[in-house]
Amino acid sequence: MTTKRTALAGVDVGGTFTDVFVLDEAQGTATVAKVPSTPSNQAVGFLNGLEQGTGDLGRLRTVVHGTTVGTNALLERKGAVTGIITTKGFRDVLEMRRRDRPKTWGLWGTFEPVVPRDRRVEVDERVLADGSIRTPLDPEAAKAAAKLLLERGCEAVAIAFINAYANDANERAALDAVRQVWPNDHVTASYLLVPEIREFERTSTATLNAYLQPPVARYLARLEEALAEQGAESDVLIVQSNGGVMSIETAKAQPIRTALSGPAAGVIAAAHIGGVAGYPNLITCDMGGTSFDVSLVADGQSALAAQTSIDFGMVVRAPMIEIVTIGAGGGSIARVDAGGLLQVGPESAGSDPGPVCYGLGNDRPTVTDCNVVMGRINADRPIGGKLDRLDVEAARAALTKHVAEPLGLDSPEAAAEAVIRVANAKMAGAIRVVSIERGHDPQQFVAVPFGGGGSLHAGALIREVGLKKALVPRYPGVTSAIGCTIADLRQDFVETWNTLVDDLDTGALTDAINRLGARGREVVEGAGVNLDRIDRIVELDMLYVGQTHTVAVPLALADGEAVDTVAIGVAFEAAYTSTYGRLLKGIPMRLMNLRVAVAGRRPRFDLKLLAPEPGGSIEAATTGTRRVYVDGAWHDAAILTRLSLPVGARIPGPAILEQPDTTILIEPGLVGEVDDYGNVLIGEV
Amino acid sequence: MATIDPVTLAVLNGRLEQIADEMDATLFRSAFNPIIAEAHDASHGLYDAKTGETLVQGKSGLPIFVGAMAFAVKAVIDKVGRDGGLEDGDVYIFNDPYDGGTHLSDFRLVRPVFRGGEVFCYLASVGHYHDVGGNVPGNYNPVATESFQEGFLMPPVKLFEAGRFRQDILDILQANSRLPGSLYGDLNGQINALDLGVKRLGDLLNQYGEPTVATAFSELKDRAAALMRAQIKGLPDGTYRARDFLDNDGIVDEALELNIAITIKGERMVVDFTGSAPGCLGPVNIARSTTVAACYVAMKHVFQDVPANAGVLEPIEFVIPEGSILAAKAPRPVGGYTETILRLIDMVFVALSDAAPERVNGCAYGTINALSLAGHREDGRRWVMFSFFGGGHGGHPVGDGLNHGNAPISTATIPPLEILEAAYPVMFRQWALRDDSGGPGRNRGGLGAVYEIELLEKHADAFLFGERGRFAPPGVVGGKPGAMNRFTYETATGDAHPPMASKMVGISLDRGQAVRLETPGGGGYGDPHDRDPKAVARDVRLGFVSTEQARDAYAVIFGADGSLDIAATETLRAETSQ
Repeated sequence: MTTKRTALAGVDVGGTFTDVFVLDEAQGTATVAKVPSTPSNQAVGFLNGLEQGTGDLGRLRTVVHGTTVGTNALLERKGAVTGIITTKGFRDVLEMRRRDRPKTWGLWGTFEPVVPRDRRVEVDERVLADGSIRTPLDPEAAKAAAKLLLERGCEAVAIAFINAYANDANERAALDAVRQVWPNDHVTASYLLVPEIREFERTSTATLNAYLQPPVARYLARLEEALAEQGAESDVLIVQSNGGVMSIETAKAQPIRTALSGPAAGVIAAAHIGGVAGYPNLITCDMGGTSFDVSLVADGQSALAAQTSIDFGMVVRAPMIEIVTIGAGGGSIARVDAGGLLQVGPESAGSDPGPVCYGLGNDRPTVTDCNVVMGRINADRPIGGKLDRLDVEAARAALTKHVAEPLGLDSPEAAAEAVIRVANAKMAGAIRVVSIERGHDPQQFVAVPFGGGGSLHAGALIREVGLKKALVPRYPGVTSAIGCTIADLRQDFVETWNTLVDDLDTGALTDAINRLGARGREVVEGAGVNLDRIDRIVELDMLYVGQTHTVAVPLALADGEAVDTVAIGVAFEAAYTSTYGRLLKGIPMRLMNLRVAVAGRRPRFDLKLLAPEPGGSIEAATTGTRRVYVDGAWHDAAILTRLSLPVGARIPGPAILEQPDTTILIEPGLVGEVDDYGNVLIGEV
Repeated sequence: MATIDPVTLAVLNGRLEQIADEMDATLFRSAFNPIIAEAHDASHGLYDAKTGETLVQGKSGLPIFVGAMAFAVKAVIDKVGRDGGLEDGDVYIFNDPYDGGTHLSDFRLVRPVFRGGEVFCYLASVGHYHDVGGNVPGNYNPVATESFQEGFLMPPVKLFEAGRFRQDILDILQANSRLPGSLYGDLNGQINALDLGVKRLGDLLNQYGEPTVATAFSELKDRAAALMRAQIKGLPDGTYRARDFLDNDGIVDEALELNIAITIKGERMVVDFTGSAPGCLGPVNIARSTTVAACYVAMKHVFQDVPANAGVLEPIEFVIPEGSILAAKAPRPVGGYTETILRLIDMVFVALSDAAPERVNGCAYGTINALSLAGHREDGRRWVMFSFFGGGHGGHPVGDGLNHGNAPISTATIPPLEILEAAYPVMFRQWALRDDSGGPGRNRGGLGAVYEIELLEKHADAFLFGERGRFAPPGVVGGKPGAMNRFTYETATGDAHPPMASKMVGISLDRGQAVRLETPGGGGYGDPHDRDPKAVARDVRLGFVSTEQARDAYAVIFGADGSLDIAATETLRAETSQ
């Protein structure tokens, strides 16, 4: 008898661990697995994790994967040897950027584009801004350019012509011609990827896509082969940076859409876990070794940014979950500057050498050292399993020397608390950026810490920003893997219109919406995945004539319904008021871009699968007490095993909840409660 | 005064900066004209209730305003001192360049924050408007001899009176601009930014109380002063000098000499401009406050940790000769202030390179290159394309200079050429890096740019306000200068160049004719003969450096097949070093 293929697996490959979450609704089981990542060939760790998680790969129906292969190739500059074919006179667009510099203060910037000038080849062609063709393309010239790039060792090529957003004819002709001579599929045309005005952003996105095509396609092919060798016949889907998933074929052609694949999955999971628990308004907080990443979910929807810089000058124009990152993580170094002001980060000791307490050579105190000195982290049982114990005395000595003495504080604990307050204030600042600065009331929002470190700081953050509560998911360390199993299928389109609303051809706009919607529906349905329903989301980028920055204007439009200019005007004014405050009288409105997204909603699993087994008790979960430093004094805090706590348990602070992948601090005056799904909710008593 | 613990101080420092940053972001996103929206030529901050000194300033605003805005707030405080009548909900508006610095394009809004019936501090917003009248669209009038030809001047008047908007003031402003809609949009954005600042600061004061926040202000200033003193003390005592020139003032074709002497003694610094040219006829004069602000920008580039508040200037004494080009009074034209302050910043780098060669960099391209093309469309609508252009940054101790960077006084990005082509009847023929423009050095200066723009309408006039057409951006520590600015325009009888090098009004263009701007590269850092020949070979392969420049400036020789000739290079370098 063959095994029934009923299991759905989410796989998140991180730098250190590969996390797997396997859900089998037919059997009513959810399994978590964590195995070491295998950076040289991520497919190995991927398969190990799946085997451990399922016990039998034959059970798998679908595997959804959040990958950092693309992200790492960008950050480490390890993409393919890539070429660019562009309009005569414009080969330097990629290198000239938007005439910026890395830092406001200090003029020591440098920039190496991923494609150097000798692999940027010009062809004679020109389209004007109104879409008229001034110089048609000679396809032979495009072929010659492609051959030159091949001679120079290119494996991938991007085609990006000036004003291709206004008329793609020349670029399309070049794509056809290049494909005839290019020996593989790694050809990207800018108009297919980002048919949007702004030549640098479009060129950069197309170039980075081409740059990622070979490594990402090779990696995904290896995964498919490895799964096939093991007899697994599952579908593989890839998480996109916009929080939706796509087919493996789409991911091979448009790997740039995976640039923030891993973090996006975490946000999706947090949104679902929070929503089910009754909190549709969330702020996700992912604290790692060097950075603190924050993202906002309002009314169940995560905020999307139209554009992201992966690094200085590496701009990707594609909808991505908006993540605000600040340099405050466990490894962030504390120091007192020459003016006597305490500073934390952005300099970081990372994970190697890491905090002072790791004993690997760093002698300057970090945020993690403070948590160790204050008894918040168990020095005898470090998370991650790399070290046997942490060197508390070395951490105390470092804090005394670098913080307590220069500030005149009387103990290393006091110094540690000072550092933690400053670090918390920085993290709170990042939360304010995504919430208050976007016009959201923090009292309506719940913080969801995931990753290793966030749960120690969650209580302080809700007090500092005035958030309602913090919600610690049952398995914070595998949140991204859970997110993979939840994410919807999603296809995004954009078109530049650049038209006055008064001059708008509403029939043509309705047609465009229907056309893009149908294309998206085709892609989404073609993935062959079980769906609850398919939604179409229409958004207009609009502005007053004379402005340059647009406002995103959602348009509520039923399938088949026609647009009209009055409704567009009303929607624009509503969006403008909520973004900026005052409207402008008597100034015409302009439609810059049309955005259409098609989302295939996947069935959601019952999170109660994750809930604690009945029969546990607080007494049984209590393992002892430990001294913890809070608010200038030592307290005896109860230590509890988090996963053994029953539903409904109420743990007043001070207390520490320990689990293999994180430590939760409940400060005095706060209380932690276990909800029906096994989440711990922290709030004021 | 309340005491404040060091931790609360660090927390408040971040909170206050965030308020100013958020005001910046509000205006950038909602502004109409690209000079604010894209080029971020604007700034916001919190200022002392009595002195107007900068308490906190946003990090993303135009750097030059960090120094200049204190003088603007002081102008309002002085006005209230004379005339009285300050009320909660008032907002003053003005653009007087002599009383608060910079030029007429920069409109300042100043709003008191009242707590318990007293002014607690001021909030201010400044932004560069697209057009404020005068003889030249966009207001960079290179032949102005009085400020009246540069635009209209508004002294401090109330735009809001106790919270009531005064439409009559807006009417006056709009009536004096070629682009009244743009002006209205930018003004609206500034009002929104101030509203937001008042709300955020109110929340903070409710949370921490006025005494604690007031103490934080004074502590932050003291600490900035302490930090700056520590930085100065780290430099060897002595007097360090630099001399540079402006091409001309746009009216008289004579170079204008500028001199700086920086004296370090212990933890004090004296910056002395004695020997600089007297006030000139054309618009490259700057007010005294602008001179101070420019030095502040330069110091912040060299000492990046110093915060943006008044304390930084405490240990520095300025000697700015009365009557000089650096201490202009009304109605001397000041529209081209950007050119003069860029030169001062270069001079600070060159002077300090003797004191601290490991902390400075070669000079950046040193000109804003304000280029406007203006005309009427066939349907009669007026259009004005006005933009600033980029160039190379200087080589520095850790690497080559950035290619095509923004000016050190700004964080401006350039509008995409597709946006310009969509908005105006122009077509770019070229948008490229300028070969052989980076100043030779062990670490090469970054490359300038080439922009060639063809007119698609029947007729237009072009106006250029630039510099560095006669005096190139210097290198430091043995580095050589970058290429000079060069402007070309097409006429019926062939290519032509402005007689004043980089300044000209009323260049007449017909359909199909083009202007070509080739901007300076940055100065080099260190002796070019110390540059790794392989790095030179790479530059040659990429076309950044010609084989001629490789030979003449770097003493690097290539064989007939284009490959690096190590032996010939070593021989030539040995010969030339003797």
